[in-house]
Amino acid sequence: MSAVIEELHHDDHHHGPDKGIMRWVFTTNHKDIGTLYLWFSFLMFLTGGVLALGIRAELFQPGLQILQPEVFNQLTTMHGLIMVFGAVMPAFVGLANWLVPMMIGAPDMALPRMNNYSFWILPFAFGLLLSTFFMEGGAPNFGWTFYAPLSTDYAPPSVTFFIFAVHMMGISSIMGSINVVVTILNMRAPGMTLMKMPLFVWTWLITAYLLIAVMPVLAGVVTMMLMDIHFGTAFFNAGGGGDPVLFQHVFWFFGHPEVYIMILPAFGVVSAIIPTFARKRLFGYDSMVYATASIAFLSFIVWAHHMFTVGIPIAGELYFMYATMLIAVPTGVKVFNWVATMWQGAMTFETPMLFAIAFVILFTIGGFSGLMLAIVPADFQYHDTYFVVAHFHYVLVPGSIFSIMAAVYYWIPKWTGNMYDETLGKTHFWLSFIGVNVTFFPQHFVGLAGMPRRIPDYALQFADWNMVSSCGAFLFGFSQLLFLFIVIKCIRGGKKATDQVWEGAHGLEWTIPSPAPYHTFSTPPTDMKEAHG
Amino acid sequence: MSSKTEVSKTIMQLVLVVVGMFGFGFAMVPLYDILCDVTGFNGKTAGKYTATEVQDVREDRLVTIQFLASNNANMPWEFRPKVRTMKVHPGKMNTTEFYVRNVASQAMVAQAVPSVTPFNAAEFLHKTECFCFEQQQLATGEDLDMPLRFIIDSQIPEEVTTLTLSYTLYDVTEQVGLAAN
Repeated sequence: MSAVIEELHHDDHHHGPDKGIMRWVFTTNHKDIGTLYLWFSFLMFLTGGVLALGIRAELFQPGLQILQPEVFNQLTTMHGLIMVFGAVMPAFVGLANWLVPMMIGAPDMALPRMNNYSFWILPFAFGLLLSTFFMEGGAPNFGWTFYAPLSTDYAPPSVTFFIFAVHMMGISSIMGSINVVVTILNMRAPGMTLMKMPLFVWTWLITAYLLIAVMPVLAGVVTMMLMDIHFGTAFFNAGGGGDPVLFQHVFWFFGHPEVYIMILPAFGVVSAIIPTFARKRLFGYDSMVYATASIAFLSFIVWAHHMFTVGIPIAGELYFMYATMLIAVPTGVKVFNWVATMWQGAMTFETPMLFAIAFVILFTIGGFSGLMLAIVPADFQYHDTYFVVAHFHYVLVPGSIFSIMAAVYYWIPKWTGNMYDETLGKTHFWLSFIGVNVTFFPQHFVGLAGMPRRIPDYALQFADWNMVSSCGAFLFGFSQLLFLFIVIKCIRGGKKATDQVWEGAHGLEWTIPSPAPYHTFSTPPTDMKEAHG
Repeated sequence: MSSKTEVSKTIMQLVLVVVGMFGFGFAMVPLYDILCDVTGFNGKTAGKYTATEVQDVREDRLVTIQFLASNNANMPWEFRPKVRTMKVHPGKMNTTEFYVRNVASQAMVAQAVPSVTPFNAAEFLHKTECFCFEQQQLATGEDLDMPLRFIIDSQIPEEVTTLTLSYTLYDVTEQVGLAAN
């Protein structure tokens, strides 16, 4: 080998991963970091799940059996925070790390060192958040939406740790998103134009912009809380000239884009899986891109539909009602396109496809209950009832979470080089599918009948459906241990996967060997025929 | 694939967005206040009213105004309107009083915060003198009749026949401190 080439390769002299634990601490490899994110998210999913099972165990029967109301409130709050910021968001960031560079033909993320920092902030943020359980006064108990002044004047002392944990998560998300945007805008292989990118890349590009726009607003609102609590300001204290309703406006200006941050990458995943198993091209690629962008835009101008009952003037209520309903149009375009992709396709029903189809159906149910909630006069009835709980769990659990599971089953042969156990995968799917519906469908009924959310005890007429719901929750919860088993089994061995893995799969990630080598696309690919997902 | 300078350009743009949105979060505070002041959203009443012209008194109309007084959590003072409802002619100056007594065992400072419903009536309620424009410091056991002078604008929409003016009393002793003597 000549000296010139030695010189050129001087900087990346390690061609494989380092050995031992330090590989994971110092890694700047997008695949390693993706793996870290995914395992972290699964750990948080189980943690949040244990809290949820605590909630469901208490609600199994009316009356107070297991948990005191103070503890119950801590569980609902921490369950929400951990699932949103610890499970769903990091899982999608993990998928982005693994897949975005492989899909656009880039050797790695644009900012590998920052990528390492964005991940390693998270364990500390959540360590801080979880440590509040052991503090005097207990963990935050004001709901994941932490409305002031409940979260300022009346909060336990641990609220300060909660604020710093949110700051750290925010910094992690912002750095991760900057990385995704810079990678997608600057590192695409020659010939990979924007409108040739797989939809997963598109949805993540738009999601990253949403994160960059709203995570700073979240940082702002918790900073205002911090100042109200410790520095004598009165942003949210009416006695000092502030306004508690202002908190809700600032929070939901972040909060509504946030819920789309948790669903747009799911749209991308499903848009990759359905064409593969229908053995057809995705129907209406361009309209999918525009629909995603429209949803992202609309997410900024509908926030007050979370606050219809605070006393908004009628003109405002009408505006937010119609603007919210408008979101159903681009969402409907997407659902239509997925169905049209399956139409007359040569469909097979492997585990990823089962999760993807369940996603389309159950997410649509969640979308419809969202439309019901958008109707102002109806919302006055539904507000803060279990109907709302049913609605957002339908879009988040069989929505976001199912899409993440679908993604794991779909890409894990590429990650590990082994096929997962199809029988166990299908078993996991059906247990999850039944568990989710048994858990959350009855919550529509008790909600419409008037059961409030965030209560440890309830009136007797809600008892039967709550018992059903709790049974479903335990079924769903314990089924996830099977998922863990399937993933570990697949990592340890199994039928060898081919490079393409799935007969109908298209996209650059299927042109590289299985398992994906530690470094891919060190020289950019030239053949873009396979690029389109 | 692009050069290092293009990458840093994209990063700089995105960092600017982050900084800008952090600022925007704080900018929502004054923006919200301005919006509420201009429109009367949220039942916010304007500050002290100084008449720019003498209003015609609408002898043909009577509007009912109800007074509410409530205490914020942990505020021990006795606080009530001396008259619960009044029927008034728009355009005419009216006077009423609210009664407070400090039942706590130490001196305290209080601030009353007003709110009006329906919201579209908020901008038509003009207060020329109100205890809510200042803070009250009372020694223990001390009481006070607090004056309120107001005009309901003669332009108030016809459909408003009743409006409610509610005051919430806050303990602000810690924030402002007790005045000397």
